[in-house]
Amino acid sequence: MDTIYLDNNATTMVDPQVVDAMTPYFSQYYGNPSSMHDFGGKVSLKLKEAREQVKEFFGASLASEIIFTASGSESANMAIRGVLEANKKQKHIITTKIEHPCVLNVYKTLEKEGYRVTYLSVDSDGSLDFQELEDSVCDDTVLVSIMYANNETGIIFPVEKLAEIVKRKNPKTKFFVDAVQAAGKIKLDVKNTKIDLMGISGHKIHAPKGVGALYIKKGTIVMPLVIGGHQERGKRAGTENVPYIIGLGKACELANAALNDEETRVKRLRDKLESGIIKSIPNARLNAAVDERVPNTTNIGFQYIEGELILLHMSDAGICASSGSACTSGSLEPSHVLRAMGVPFTALHGSIRFSLSRFTTEKEIDYVLEKLPQIIRKLNNLSPFQKELKALGAI
Amino acid sequence: MWDYSDKVMEHYRNPKNVGSIENADAIGEAGSLACGDMLKLFLKVDKDGIIQDAKFQTFGCGSAVASSSVLTEMIIGLHIDEAKKITNKQIADELGGLPPEKMHCSVMGHEALEAAIADYYGEEVNVCSEEKIICTCAFKTENELLKEIKEKGLKSVEDVVAETGAGGGCGRCHGAISNLLKQVDKPKIEMAAMSKTQQIIKINNVIERFIADELRKDGGDIELVDVEDSKVYVKLRGACASCKNAMVTLKYFVENTLRDHISPDIEVVEV
Repeated sequence: MDTIYLDNNATTMVDPQVVDAMTPYFSQYYGNPSSMHDFGGKVSLKLKEAREQVKEFFGASLASEIIFTASGSESANMAIRGVLEANKKQKHIITTKIEHPCVLNVYKTLEKEGYRVTYLSVDSDGSLDFQELEDSVCDDTVLVSIMYANNETGIIFPVEKLAEIVKRKNPKTKFFVDAVQAAGKIKLDVKNTKIDLMGISGHKIHAPKGVGALYIKKGTIVMPLVIGGHQERGKRAGTENVPYIIGLGKACELANAALNDEETRVKRLRDKLESGIIKSIPNARLNAAVDERVPNTTNIGFQYIEGELILLHMSDAGICASSGSACTSGSLEPSHVLRAMGVPFTALHGSIRFSLSRFTTEKEIDYVLEKLPQIIRKLNNLSPFQKELKALGAI
Repeated sequence: MWDYSDKVMEHYRNPKNVGSIENADAIGEAGSLACGDMLKLFLKVDKDGIIQDAKFQTFGCGSAVASSSVLTEMIIGLHIDEAKKITNKQIADELGGLPPEKMHCSVMGHEALEAAIADYYGEEVNVCSEEKIICTCAFKTENELLKEIKEKGLKSVEDVVAETGAGGGCGRCHGAISNLLKQVDKPKIEMAAMSKTQQIIKINNVIERFIADELRKDGGDIELVDVEDSKVYVKLRGACASCKNAMVTLKYFVENTLRDHISPDIEVVEV
């Protein structure tokens, strides 16, 4: 059976056009972009082209504002650590309770190092309280870091507006946006915003794993994490990962061209999947029923049954999805994001995230809508909560 | 993906003995919805004490279902006193082993079985209480660790790792271990040594910090009504509706938490 891949917030298929763009730069044009000879110089030009493509993707003003990294996590670490290193006197940071673990864990470490961290809460719609943000910013606040879209629910934060609130209160505070889950799903446009830093990851936008980028607004001082050569204008030493950077450039170009498809066709398929599940499965509950969501993501709680069991049975039917963040699936704790939103315990442990991509087809969605109700019905019969499920009309 | 054995996969794909037994001779429960794992076990026992039939209903992951399913297969045909000897390790072994993080699933199976056997003999048992596992690598429960910490006078996380083996694996439980250490270390005072205002402030503090959230996430709630000498009067609302001894468990949970944090002579009275 073919695999039906609805786990694109975990990782994506590398677009064959991206592979084609990368391939010559392994064994054919393998020169070092820093070399004096023409063989390396040609690679350097290609690198420049990739930086242009990524700049366009961010909607940045200058190609020099783009730094290539190895991952979304590295982009976030570089932004956070780099800003703190450059502003050592200030010791207060603000973030949200529902950031990706790669950001939250940095803050937990920083707390041990003596930083004061404010974790903003979200309401049941996953929204932030603007007033709470404004009240939290003080003279000592060095950095505010807020994700653009949440990986588990797809909920979009109005980061441009949030950046303005922060800057109005303290113009010196830097604003970092983790845009890993927004990239390729909604248009990024950092120009003319107050956002200072923004990070993306290649493998979430049909580039390979192992490459990412960080936008650093001109004039923002960020101390390097990796010190050595002059690469990336001294901000990140190490010979450039040429083929992957070229792949990221190509993926950015393709993603921007496909934005319209995301907003129309992919969104329609997501909505079809979502409403189909809610209609045919009585114990299904939409966990983030808000409009401001990326078009490819839905998070649905199946009450009184457990998520891993659902995933295992879906996997047997060839359907890939995930429960919570893939990074936390090794732990047994329910999702910190859904918990912060106050999702009831009846649905918390049975919450599944479906995330589509531009490669998802209508036929695949139809197949899921045919198979999933059968799986859930089978699992409902296993549940000790027969009375509760009967009350919902699920058995 | 977990590294599940073929037998685990076979059992979660096609679990045996799913369902309930009408007029069961014994029913045992373990876990809760809030914990993410819950098992209900039904037994039919003949006059000679032989388990004629066993059925289960499980809310839980693949290995929880597999543990429940294989447990029913293991006990059908056994005398109830023979079944009593089955350990959680035997359940895990029967499945060809479980990943360390999933060992608690076999514990849950074992607990439900214990509860069912107690029910058969008409003994009282805290059916909703779940032994909290602190270290999943070395497989140490909260009570075991508390006991060892007290008996051996352990003072630091390093001591606990060296002396008990807990926390020596993935290290994820170091935070929980240091909380246990704090709990043991706390100086205990008698209720009589405090003014009534002090008592109320302290009790409310512990309720807010350690008790209320636990109850609320399960749909329950707690309210302090009065304090008189060492008696603490509270209103309790539980949500474990399907669980007949839930209120008893709840009361013990509140009492133990207050005793651990304030004074060992506290007695909780429900009003």
